[in-house]
Amino acid sequence: MTAVLERPAPVRPTGPTARARRLARRVAGPWTYAALVAVLAGSAFPVYWSFVVSSQTPDAIDTVPPVLVPGGNLFANIARVFDTTDFWLALMNSMVVSGTVTLSVVLFSTLAGFAFAKLKFRGRNLLLLLIIGTQAIPTELGIIPLYMMMAEFGWAGEIHAVIVPGLVTAFGVFFMRQYFERAIPDELLEAGRMDGCHSLRLFWHIALPAARPAAAVLGLFTFMQAWNDFFWPLVVLTPENPTVQTALSTLASGYTTDYTLVLTAATIGTVPVLAVFLLFGRQIVGGIMSGAVKG
Amino acid sequence: MAVIDKTTRRHRWDTRFAPYGYVAPYFLIFGVFGLFPLLYTVWVSLQQRNLIDADAARFVWFANYAQLLADPYFWNAMGNTLSLWLLTTVPQILLALWIAQLLNRKVRTRTLFRMGVILPNITSVAAVTIIFAQLFGRDFGLINWSLGLFGAGQIDWQAGTASSHIAIAVMVVWRWSGYHALIFLASMQAIPSSLYEAATLDGANGRQQFWRITVPLLRPQIIFSTIIATTGNMRLLAEPLLFNPGAAAATGGSDRQFQTAALYLYEQGFTKYEFGYSSAIAVVLAIATVIVAGLGYFVTKRIRTE
Repeated sequence: MTAVLERPAPVRPTGPTARARRLARRVAGPWTYAALVAVLAGSAFPVYWSFVVSSQTPDAIDTVPPVLVPGGNLFANIARVFDTTDFWLALMNSMVVSGTVTLSVVLFSTLAGFAFAKLKFRGRNLLLLLIIGTQAIPTELGIIPLYMMMAEFGWAGEIHAVIVPGLVTAFGVFFMRQYFERAIPDELLEAGRMDGCHSLRLFWHIALPAARPAAAVLGLFTFMQAWNDFFWPLVVLTPENPTVQTALSTLASGYTTDYTLVLTAATIGTVPVLAVFLLFGRQIVGGIMSGAVKG
Repeated sequence: MAVIDKTTRRHRWDTRFAPYGYVAPYFLIFGVFGLFPLLYTVWVSLQQRNLIDADAARFVWFANYAQLLADPYFWNAMGNTLSLWLLTTVPQILLALWIAQLLNRKVRTRTLFRMGVILPNITSVAAVTIIFAQLFGRDFGLINWSLGLFGAGQIDWQAGTASSHIAIAVMVVWRWSGYHALIFLASMQAIPSSLYEAATLDGANGRQQFWRITVPLLRPQIIFSTIIATTGNMRLLAEPLLFNPGAAAATGGSDRQFQTAALYLYEQGFTKYEFGYSSAIAVVLAIATVIVAGLGYFVTKRIRTE
């Protein structure tokens, strides 16, 4: 508003001139709002509709016209999901996997990112280049040998087979390195060194506190990605010991033709990431806009 | 003196070797569970190898590749992959540009809109595909019902090649457009408004300004997004697998009409356990992805200021 007031008082805005001025100032007109609301509705609709079906009776999904408002059957459907499958186990497994992976990725990325940004060592640039290079490689393409390894270790079907390959990401290291580069002035670390601080103490007392905002964003991304991961868990886990995503896959694959049940499970499985998103959406948006790229 | 000596030694050790300790966890874990399997894929692809009988693995040189090049199912899957790549990547980038320029105006409740466009990206691909499969249902699906309001007949989305590709592309575009829009938006905000003001004085309308100022200046981000989108869209697996779940899910439809290369890899590797053959698919798919990403790079690099 102040920006508008500071401008010289406009001559009565009329016709094309007013439009041109609005164009230059990029103020959103009614069409922009209409379009944005449409985009918002399109984004939210599938998840909303899944919730609607979850709250209806099982026959509501097969009605014309389709149901669009929630009913009162949500808890009955949730109870049916937990009666039909061991969805608790799936939720627990997903929690353990995502929690462990998130903690580990944040810790190791912060440590390595700090070293790459603020410590000098031989081969640093080469190693960093290696990390950036590996970020572009789709590691899923190594899925066959990875499975063979897990079978060899006797880990196939166990959730640590899902956890261990996810413990570090190239993206995390690179992301934290970029942050440290900007966030901590070298002089601060020099001063710490003069006082005889070991580099681990510099990390712990100076770098880590300064890294908290970036570490939080990395943690959010990692958690959501780990929660939603599909291909590798599908391959290495069994239907008896699933994550939420593989349990959904099993449910949808003819275990039942009761699609209200399947969509209720999909809704339940979406709640944790949705909760994270509603609490920290602003940080997630900020992270993507500051160059946080999917890993 | 002795104390200082000890400190200096410790200090030297710290500056010379400690950094390797800090980066070691990453390289150890990635080396064992990321890089090694990736490279080993090439070795496995030269073998006749089956999960059931690993001891019977034989080295067969390029026999898997020869078989692959003569395999109509593989070419079908590659064709579907390329078709889906085109149907997902191009609309995704265009839609993202459109959403970004909407968000780049002075908008009230902008955080709400920004969160809104990114919402599809944080939902799980498995859950969302299951939801979309219902929305695309033939008899009671909401999309057919909506089209019916305009007089369209009931489309059996899963049955046809074109219709199934469109349906899958909708899911992917829905999921990723907002993400790319935010990347574009970040760069759009860095474009000085004086450029637009000058253009307005010269009589350029909004559309002209968008194509002649905004898009050329976003070229680096468009190149980046195209490459990221390509690497993702060339290996679609969850969408075709869960679009038609059931006993034959891995074939991607009754006639393999929407089986992608990644899904064929899954079918060969984890329903037939032909590890050698499946690894050969992985290698060819990786090469194809690099080629297509290169193609995307050269196309987007040609964006110029007029």
